[in-house]
Amino acid sequence: MITLNHYLVLAAILFSIALVGILRRKNLLLLFFATEIALNAINIALAAFSKYLGDLTGQLFAFFIIAIAASEVAVGLGLLIIWYKRTGNIDLDSLQSMKW
Amino acid sequence: MYEVVAFYLFAALTITMFTITVMTKNALYAMTSLAAGMIFISAFFFLLDADFLGVVQIIVYSGAVMAVYAFGMMFLDTLKDVKEKNPSKKIVFFLSGMIALLLVIILLTPMISDKVQALYPVSDELGNAEAVGIVLFTKYLVPFEVAAIMLLVAMIAGIILASKRMDESITLKVDEEIEKEVKGSQ
Repeated sequence: MITLNHYLVLAAILFSIALVGILRRKNLLLLFFATEIALNAINIALAAFSKYLGDLTGQLFAFFIIAIAASEVAVGLGLLIIWYKRTGNIDLDSLQSMKW
Repeated sequence: MYEVVAFYLFAALTITMFTITVMTKNALYAMTSLAAGMIFISAFFFLLDADFLGVVQIIVYSGAVMAVYAFGMMFLDTLKDVKEKNPSKKIVFFLSGMIALLLVIILLTPMISDKVQALYPVSDELGNAEAVGIVLFTKYLVPFEVAAIMLLVAMIAGIILASKRMDESITLKVDEEIEKEVKGSQ
């Protein structure tokens, strides 16, 4: 029988994978991928809470998280395009200085 | 029984896909495995009786978000490996290990008390999409409208940011250089 803890452990493992990605990636586009994984891991946990507590609120929170992720991608990629035109790469190390 | 099998199967698949996304050096592999992992995650939503959320996951993530990322792939030469300077792997693995340990400790603490009561209980009469719609358009109407405005703002911001200095396109520059080379050779 699959319990709530199974889903929570799965969400924790996926979130840890995302954290490893966030810590080791230097390419900004691949860094975005890792943040998407983190958001998805949280969505799983919220849906599991929704099922096992018999409450729809968890699913609704997951919907809002998906909306936030979609707008994050739109704005983030727009900024990425500008940065690429300005510097010619999307390496995180090139963002260290505040002036250009 | 089939629920158990499905859970472990999709858990293994999702973890494998996301590990590839995080660890691979090839940007194309990272994107395709991310898309596959997103679709596998929707299987969990179907297992959890959240049908509408699963459909939204497939449409929004695997459809819209991955399409936008595929558009962003033009920054990378997909045939080449992504060069990333990692000064010290020990620090990265130590930090991520500590964070993972912290997460486990947080999750192991008893977080669900007996007093938790369902505010919007799942009813058997209504389907999932119907029940979600009823709660979304009554209790969560204002956050829903705010989310709509946020998506609109993000769309406008994305268009304006991406279209700025469109005349300095990289592909156009390459075309001009090619034309010059062609003229020079003639």
